[in-house]
This record gives sequence, C-alpha cells and structure tokens, in this order.
Amino acid sequence: MKFGTQSSPLSEGVNSVQRVMLTVWLALVPGTIAATALLGWGVLINVVLAVMTGLAAEAMMLWLRARPVRPAITDGSVVVLAWIFALCLPNLGPWWLPVFGAIFAVIVAKQLYGGLGFNLFNPAMVGYVVLLISFPEPMTRWGPAIDVGGGALNLVQSLAWSFSGALPTGIGYDGLSVATPLDHMREQIMAGAPIHAVTQSVLGGAGLARSWNLWLGAAFLLGGALMLWRGVIRWHIPVAVLAGVAGMSGFLWLIAPATHASPLFHLVSGATIFGAFFVATDPVTASTTQRGRLIFGFGIGVFTVLIRSFGNYPDGVAFAVLLMNLCVPLIDYYTQPRVFGHKTAGKLR
Amino acid sequence: MSEVGPKVTAARYDFHGGIHPPENKQLTRDRPIRDLPLMARYVLPLHMHIGASARPVVKVGDQVGKGQVLAQATDFISATIHAPTSGLVAAIDDHLIPHPGGLAAPSIQLVADGADRWAETLEPWSDYAARSPTELRARLRESGVVGLGGAVFPTAAKLATGTAQVTTLVLNGAECEPYITCDDRLMREAPADIVAGAQIVMHMLGATQCLIGIEDNKPEALKAMRAAAKDPRFTVVSVPTRYPAGGEKQLIRMLTGIEVPRGRRAMEYGLICLNVATVSATHDAIVYGKPMIDRIMTLTGGGVKQPDNFRVRIGTLMNDVVAAAGGYRAGVDRLIMGGPMMGFSLPDDAVPVVKATNCMLSLRPEDRPAEPAPQPCIRCSLCAEACPADLLPQQLYWYARSRQFDRAVAYHLFDCIECGVCTAVCPSHLPLVDYYRFAKTEIWAQEREKSKATVARDRFEFRKERLERQKAEREAALNKKRQILEAKAATKAAQSPKPAGGVPGESQASTETVAAEVAYGEYRPSQAPIDTRLDSAVEAARARSKARRAALEAQRTEAPIPESDDESEEI
Repeated sequence: MKFGTQSSPLSEGVNSVQRVMLTVWLALVPGTIAATALLGWGVLINVVLAVMTGLAAEAMMLWLRARPVRPAITDGSVVVLAWIFALCLPNLGPWWLPVFGAIFAVIVAKQLYGGLGFNLFNPAMVGYVVLLISFPEPMTRWGPAIDVGGGALNLVQSLAWSFSGALPTGIGYDGLSVATPLDHMREQIMAGAPIHAVTQSVLGGAGLARSWNLWLGAAFLLGGALMLWRGVIRWHIPVAVLAGVAGMSGFLWLIAPATHASPLFHLVSGATIFGAFFVATDPVTASTTQRGRLIFGFGIGVFTVLIRSFGNYPDGVAFAVLLMNLCVPLIDYYTQPRVFGHKTAGKLR
Repeated sequence: MSEVGPKVTAARYDFHGGIHPPENKQLTRDRPIRDLPLMARYVLPLHMHIGASARPVVKVGDQVGKGQVLAQATDFISATIHAPTSGLVAAIDDHLIPHPGGLAAPSIQLVADGADRWAETLEPWSDYAARSPTELRARLRESGVVGLGGAVFPTAAKLATGTAQVTTLVLNGAECEPYITCDDRLMREAPADIVAGAQIVMHMLGATQCLIGIEDNKPEALKAMRAAAKDPRFTVVSVPTRYPAGGEKQLIRMLTGIEVPRGRRAMEYGLICLNVATVSATHDAIVYGKPMIDRIMTLTGGGVKQPDNFRVRIGTLMNDVVAAAGGYRAGVDRLIMGGPMMGFSLPDDAVPVVKATNCMLSLRPEDRPAEPAPQPCIRCSLCAEACPADLLPQQLYWYARSRQFDRAVAYHLFDCIECGVCTAVCPSHLPLVDYYRFAKTEIWAQEREKSKATVARDRFEFRKERLERQKAEREAALNKKRQILEAKAATKAAQSPKPAGGVPGESQASTETVAAEVAYGEYRPSQAPIDTRLDSAVEAARARSKARRAALEAQRTEAPIPESDDESEEI
C-alpha cells in the first residue's frame, strides 16, 4: 500500500501567529476602553482610522509586492501595529494624523523592509516619531480627562472636530486642551517651580482629572498581565523596562532631587507602562535571547528617562525603543545562550 | 517491602526546554507483547545498522536454519545478520527498505519453510562472569546486537571503551516519544532480563553503578524495574515526562548532571548509555546464545484496527505486521517509522521491519494535526525557550534560509539533535527542522567538495614544486658540469705554462665532481633518501596549503563572503 509522506515532527500546530495577535488585541481592549473613557471619543476615532488605513495600506503593498494578501491581512499583525500606534496619538488630533502615520508605519517601516518579521524598527514607533517630528503642533493636542466640567466632547462632536476642526459653540480649543503631566513637568521646571510640587500634583492629586494616567496605566497593566498569562510575551522585557526607568530616574533623583522627578512619577506617567508591555515587547524588533531582552528592556528604560529629562521631546519611550531596536543585532550576537555541553567541554575525567 | 538495595529516586537535574506533546500511549500501553505468527517471507537488508554493510555468506538456493548467519559484519562498526527462521534463500538483490525516499537496497530474501528449525546456535554462557570483556564483545558482535533505541549502533563497538574508565551504566527507559510503548512493555514484562543484561554490561565495563532512567508516565515500569533491580548498585530514577527526556544527552544530564558536548562520547565522562531493549538483547545473546533475530515494536495510530505491541522477527514485512493487527482502517494515509516527533514517513508498506523499527505509526487525516501553511518568523523565541540543546533556532532558521551556512555553523547548527521541538512550538508553523537538515546536508556536500579540491590542489602544488625542483637540479647539475669542464679547461690551460700547479687544481676539480655526483645521485629514484625527501616535500606543501586555508577561513569568519566565491578563490 502506498502512503503520502510528511516530514517530522508532526507538530500539533495549536499555537499560531493569529492566536498571538488576537491575544494582543484582547490585551489592548482594557487600555483602549479606559483611554476612551478618560480621554474621550478621540481615542477611539484614532484607533478606527489607523486600523482601517493600516489594513488598506498593507493590502495595497502586498498586492504591489505580488505577495498573497489574505494570509498577511488575516494574521492580525497589521491591526496590532495600527492599534498600538493609534493609542500613542493625542486625543484631540486631526483625522489625518492617524491616517498619515499608519500609512507611513505600514508602508515604510513594515512592508518596505519585507513585511511581518523582517522590519528592524518598531513600525508603530516609527509612525509616531515621524508624526512627532513632522507635525509637532498637532501632536500636542491633548485634551483633558472626560470628567473635567464642560470640557468633553461627545462622539459626534469629536468626529466633527477630528475631520473639520469644528467645535460646538461655547467650547474653545484652549478650553479643551491641557498639558500632559510630562509637559506640565517640563513647563514647571522651565518656569523654575520646585519639582516635587509638580510631581505631587500628578501622583497625589485628587480626582480623575489629576490621576487619569494612573488609571490608564492600570488598564494597560491588566492587558500586559493577560499577555504574560497567555504566554504571548515573557516577563523579561517589561520588567527590564520598568527597572531601567526606575533605576535611571532614581539615580538622577538621588543626585538632584530638586530638579528631577521621582522614579514613581516616571513609572506612572507618559507611556512607561504602555511602552513596557505593548511596544517594547514587539517580538520582531526586540532581542530574542533572555539576557538580551533584559539588556534591551533596561536600555529602553534608561533612554526614556534620559530623553524625558534632558531631551526636547516630552516623552522618550518611542525614541528609546527605536534606539534600542538599532542595538538588537549586536545584543543578540553577544548574548547567545550557552549551548548544551559547551560549559563542560574542557572538564574531562 | 524491603528498602535495601534498589531505590527509586527523582532525577536531580533537569534539561532546558522540551515540550509535552499529547502522549497517545494509551492505545497500546496495556497491550501485552504478542508473538507474531510465522510469515511466509522475510526480507533482511544488509545495511540496517550504523557502519558498514554486512557481507552475505549464503547463496541463493541455500537452506538455512533459524539463527544462522546470513551476512557477516565487515568492519569494526558493522553488524552480523541472522536468519529469522529456517528456510530457503530466495534472492539476494535490491528490495524496498524503510527509507524516507522509498529507496531499494541490497537485501537477502528468505522464504520460510514453516519448520522454524534452529540452526546450530552459539553456546549459552550462563557463567558470563567467567568470560573476559573481549570474549563477551566478540559474542555480541557474532550475535548482531545493535542499539535498539533507534540509533542501531553496534553494541560490541560501543562497549569497546579502550582506555576510558567507565563507572556508570545509564539505562534509557525514558521512551519520551508519543505513541511508543515497546520499552514500557518490555520493562513491565521482562525486567529481570534487563537487569541481568545490565549486570553483564557492567561486568564488561567494570562499571560500579547503574542508573535506570524512566519517565514518570510509566509507573508500572518504574515499579517493575525497581522490584527486579535487587542489585544495590542499581538506582531506578524517575524522570519528568517531557520530550526529549529520552535523548541520550538529555537523560545523562538529568541522571548525573553531566553535559556531554557534541563531538565527545559519553565514555569520556565515565558513562555509557544503552537502551533497555539493547541490554535485554545483550542478555539473550550471552546467556542463551540467541542472536538478534527479533525485537519488540509498537504498531499504533488511528490508522490500524488493533494497535498492539509485537515481538516481531527482523525482516517481517510491514504489511504482514499490519495484517496481523487486523489491517488498516479506512482513510489511512500516513505510515511513519518511529514516533511522530523524530520518525520518518514511509511511502510504501512493502518494507521489512529492521533492527531500528521500534514503532510503526499509521495515521488518518483526523489522527494528525493539519499542516498549516508557514507564516513569517516573528522572532517570538518560543523555539529557543523549548530547545533542549539551548540553541537559537530562529537564528539558525534565518541563516539556513539565506544560505549563510558559515553563520549557521557559528550558531552551533551541528549541536542540533533534530528533536523537532522547535517546529512543534512555532506559531508560524515553519518546518524548522527541515531547514536544519537542509543546511547540514549542504554543508556536508560543501565539505566533501572542499576536501576533494584540497587534495587536488595539494597534488597540483606538489607536482609544480617537483617540476621546479627537478628543473633547478638539472640546471645545478649542468652548471656543475660546466664548471668542471671550465675548470678542466682552465687547468689544462694553466698546466701548459705552469705544470707544477696542476695537481691541486686537479684534485679540487675531482672532489667537486664527486660532490656533484653525490648531490645529483640523491635525486635518483633508486636512491634510498628519496622517500623521506618526498614525504617532507609533501608535508611542506600540505603545511603551506593548510596555512592558506586557515587564512581564508579567518578571512571568512571576519567577513562572511558567499560560499561560491570562496570556492573559486581556493581552486
């Protein structure tokens, strides 16, 4: 009797790229809900616009590259990319920010490098940084938390603002926009205010208005825990990022507590938690060895604090991630694990 | 129960990675070993072990008895093949063998006469302790005993440890591959033979302890082995059920903490590892004088009506075995020799059971995972986390795929044991092991080409040098001659005006002539020194080419250049 052949192992194949990506989708949900609840409909508009644009750009590029479109579109990776990118955008930004950024991220940072698995740089961060450098003003249009009296827009108003820049009568843009805690910190430092007062106002301030970033951080932490539990990410990178942030900011704070924010402030503000769990853990652009991941994550943490403290941009996570992406081949090369038997090679009886 | 003597302990060490695939052992774990009925025909491939093929010592038309030698081992690493039953040698020619490519290879075909009459067999040696290790090894060699765990390395050769002092015998009863239960059944049904065989091997090696490693999913086997191993030198060790715990290196690591590196043999670390079935066969060969004419195998999978464990004679055709198990189920479309992780797919079932056949797995589409289309590697490193050799499979994949074989070697490609764990965990469903197999065979092919080229180049360079040297010598000789002639002419010319000065000039010229002759004579083929000179010249040429190769090698490791460029540069 004749049989078909197949090479071993006949693996179970229970895990799949789709499963990994869908788990990330699921993990992004709590953070997205919290951000929408705290920052308004603009967040959701950004996500939807970026995801739709990302899918279209991916499909077009695959078609141009004469690659099968369906498997790449359905693997869920482009949605993850666009979604993470969109969550970095200001909630009061115009519609073309997510659209342009997603196009750049997908086409240049992902597809031109060869598609999923081949890109050197985190595409979401490339999209974000390109916007930040090219359009600095729209990228600062952050609105207040939703419960600030009279300052919030409903869905229709948000759409109108995003697409046409029209605001309901009685609400001015200046009334909507506020400085983020990190911006606030920079402004206060530049104005010569004592740092502890600024950070106190963020950490210990009363109400959601002051502590929205804490709630947001908690929601992303929940998503990160889900990914850890499902085995989609490993603990090394997030822990190392947080350790890097805490270590570097702690160091600066100990040296000059009057001019540097406390580690706690750095840990809960900006994109620290989001970056540690969702951005730095992108497997394609992160280090692949265990020791390498610790170095990679720690480097991101250190650079984040350095850029926040001494750089020109409010948050350093995106730049730190891209800088460390650059170092990945080097890190991977020097952190290869000890291969079985190679330690005892010289120890003969 | 007495606590003296045998102990069951948990493994003290562990290995990195590994997976726990669905075991599927329940299909046959409670099926006792059955003898198959005598078949009409047997096929014995001459090469079913590691090493050189056996050489037939019977002719077509010969009547042979059961256990009679059909083919003799031809080398130190080779194994003798015996008749599984009495009958007539019907043919000695190519027959399909169990091979993934569906190859045919020289085989002896035996038609059974139904009498199953033993030939004169070897003398039973119940007093093995009175025999020397050398005698016992010779017996194993005569009996065709090879490793039954899958590697089929001739046991006599494995136990020839030379000067290495082996203190520990490791018995492998882990049986970590899914589906397979032949070792499990053997340990449960005949533990005494295993222990007796291990004692013989310990006697041969001078070993002082025996560690028996069994996965903890086989509690009955653990219990049976513990009960049988009364000898206080024995320890039964329960190892965690995690594939590939039965890999020799992984098992040694778990039992002793020693990591045997690639390229090193366990005996260098005072260890020898044998499969439980191998020591059982060793026992039979020595104590009963029974050559290796059968083995235990598991026939399993959803593709056969009655999965079972059989004591099957070597050479039994697979379709006969399946018929004895009630035949195939409808829809069966895969037949795998070995387990699902490391076995290989057979295109045809008209192949004999060989000494390596521990399992035949038949599957229908519903019994096996679908073959999903490969997706891009997302560098998730699940493969690296699961790799029992602590490699970076995704890097190896990358280099194999882009044919950067030198980089793959630098990332320890050859430490890969092809256990298949990386492929099993890959979310992108990449056939990683296939890439490594491909890279390895490509590298081997390149090495062969390179060594051929090296030999050719050495020969060419030696020839060139020889020609140059001969030319130089000829010129030197001519010069000498010319000088002598000139000197003679000069002396003649000098003699006529000054006859008194002629004698010293003459003597000088004559000594020069002698010297030149001696020098010239050294290169005459008939002269004795030529061999050493030739040798040293070859040595010099080799040393030079070696240095050049090393330089090239260094250059390559510094900056990876495509392999083909190297070749053209070197030739």
